Amino acid sequence: MIWDREHECMDRGELRALQMDRLQATLARVYERVPFYRQRFDERGMKPSDVRCLEDLARLPFLGKADLREHFPYGLFAVPMREVVRVHASSGTTGKPTVVGYTRADLETWAEAMARLVTAAGVTADDIAQISFGYGFFTGAFGLHYAMERIGATVLPVSGGNTQRQVETMLNFGSTALICTPSYALRIAEVAAEMGVAVKDMPLRLGLFGAEPWSENMRREIEARLGVFATDNYGMSEIIGPGVSGECERREGLHINEDHFLVEVIDPETGEVLPEGSTGELVFTSLTKEAFPVIRYRTRDISQVTTAPCACGRTTARMARVFGRTDDMLIIRGVNVFPSQIEEVLLAVEGAEPQYQIVVARDGALDDIEVQLEVAPQIFSDGARKMFSLREYVEHRLEAALGIGVRVKLMEPGSLERSQGKAQRVIDKREI
Amino acid sequence: MLTKQISVFIENRAGRLAHVTGVLRDAGINIRALSMGDAPDFGIFRLVVSDTATALRALRESGFLAEVSDVVAVEIPDRPGSLAEVLEALAAGQVNVEYMYTSLSEEHGKALVFLRFEDANRAVDVLTGAGARIVTMGGGLMG
Repeated sequence: MIWDREHECMDRGELRALQMDRLQATLARVYERVPFYRQRFDERGMKPSDVRCLEDLARLPFLGKADLREHFPYGLFAVPMREVVRVHASSGTTGKPTVVGYTRADLETWAEAMARLVTAAGVTADDIAQISFGYGFFTGAFGLHYAMERIGATVLPVSGGNTQRQVETMLNFGSTALICTPSYALRIAEVAAEMGVAVKDMPLRLGLFGAEPWSENMRREIEARLGVFATDNYGMSEIIGPGVSGECERREGLHINEDHFLVEVIDPETGEVLPEGSTGELVFTSLTKEAFPVIRYRTRDISQVTTAPCACGRTTARMARVFGRTDDMLIIRGVNVFPSQIEEVLLAVEGAEPQYQIVVARDGALDDIEVQLEVAPQIFSDGARKMFSLREYVEHRLEAALGIGVRVKLMEPGSLERSQGKAQRVIDKREI
Repeated sequence: MLTKQISVFIENRAGRLAHVTGVLRDAGINIRALSMGDAPDFGIFRLVVSDTATALRALRESGFLAEVSDVVAVEIPDRPGSLAEVLEALAAGQVNVEYMYTSLSEEHGKALVFLRFEDANRAVDVLTGAGARIVTMGGGLMG
C-alpha cells in the first residue's frame, strides 16, 4: 500500500521543481523572520533569491546542535508563540536540551509524513499498534501515535518502561504492531521468554523500530524472537521527529519524504557535498515547516543516499540504514570504529546474547578497547576450556572486522545495565 | 552410578562466591564438595550438594548461569596410595580424566574423589572392574 501516491511516486523532475519552490519559500521565510538566518545571509552578502537551484544550497552554512542550544529555547522559531501549538525537546545529555516547535500545520505535515511510513511498513487500519516509546518531550511516541490514528489503526499508548506490563498488554490487548527502539524490542523479547511466552503465542506481526542505530543481525534476532516483520524508520526532533524516512516492504533502504525534507550527504571533516552514493553525514533542510524550519541541519548520522528507483513503485530517494554517528565513531589507535560493527560480530557469533558494552580506556599512551559480553545460557558449558575458546573466537572475529585487537570479557547474565530506551553501549573512559 | 555436580559461571569480582554460598545457605543446601580454580577473568565454580534440584533452582532464580553435569564419585580409604590405585586403574583402562577434586567422606577414615570424564559410563566400567567403590550423591535429581 502507498499512502500518498501523488508525492511518493512523483516524477523526479517534478519533485525537484517542487523542492525548489518550497526551498525558496522557506529561505525567504527564515530571512524575514529569524534574525539568526538573516545575519548568516547578510554576512555572505547573499539574499534568499541568490539560491537559484538546489545545488546553490551548498553556499549556505550548516546549522549545528550548538546553534540550537545557543538560541535556547525559542530563538530559532519563525512564528510567534501564539501560533505554536506544541513544543518538543530532545534530552540534553550535555547542557541544555534542544527545543523545537510546531504550528497546527506542522502537526498536520508530521502526521501525513509519518502516515506514509507506517503504511510503507505494512500497517493498516486493521492493526493494533502498541506504542512503547516514552510519551513526553521525546518526539518518538507522538510521531507514531498521530500517524497510526491517521491511517485508522488502533493505538495503545502504553509508553515506555515496565517491560513485564508491555508483554501483558501485548497478550491481553492483542497488539499486532510494536513500536519502540530496537534494543527495547529485544528487552521485551527477553522478558517475554522469561515469562514463558512462546513466540507463536504472540499476536504481533509487525515491528516498527527507530531512534537508535541497529544492524541486520539485530533485525533477524528481533524477528525470530518476537515473530514480527521488522522495519526501520528514521527521524529526529530537530527535523520533525520520526517521519523523515522509513523502509517499505522491500527493506532496501529508507524512503525519504523528499517533498518535505531535502537531503544532502557531506564529508563530516570538510563539509563538502559528496556525490550520490557516497558514505557521509546526512544534512537535512526542511521544506514545509513553519514554526521551526531548519536550513542544512547536520544530523551527525552516517549513511548513503540513492535515487535509484525502488521495486515498490515509490520514486523517493532512499537512505541506507544509519551506519553510525559521527559522535559515536570511536577513534581507537587511529582506527575508526563504529559500535555497530562490533554489534554485527557479536550477534553473528552463534548463541551470543546481544547484551554487551564497549569500554574504551587509555593505558599509558595506548587506547584499550574491551567488549563486555554477557554469556547466554545456551553457550555456557561446564568446560572452562570451551569458555576460553569461545572468548578467543569472538576476539578473532572482532579483530578481523575492525582491524584492531579487542579484549573480550565474558560476564554473568544480567550484570550489564538493561536499556529501557536508548542503549548505553559505549563507555569512553579516556581523558584526552 | 553417576553423581550430579552444579557448575556456576562466576565473574572474578568481589563477593560473587559469597553470593553463591549465601543463596545455597538460604535454600538450606549443604555443600558436600567444591572446586574453584584460578580465575583471572571468570571461572567455573563446581559444587556437589545435598539437593541438586533445589540448589539449581535457587541459583537460577538468583540470576546465576548454572548447569548440571555428571561426575563419578569414588570413595577411597584415607591412606597413602589409595588415589594412586584409582588413577592407575583408569590409566590402564585408557580413560582420560578431565579434572577432579576431593573432599572428606562422612564416613570416618574415608575420602571422596570426584572425577570428570568425557565418557563417564566407560570410566564407571573400568572403575567397577578394578573394584573401586563408587558412590552416588546429590539427591533430588533423577537421571
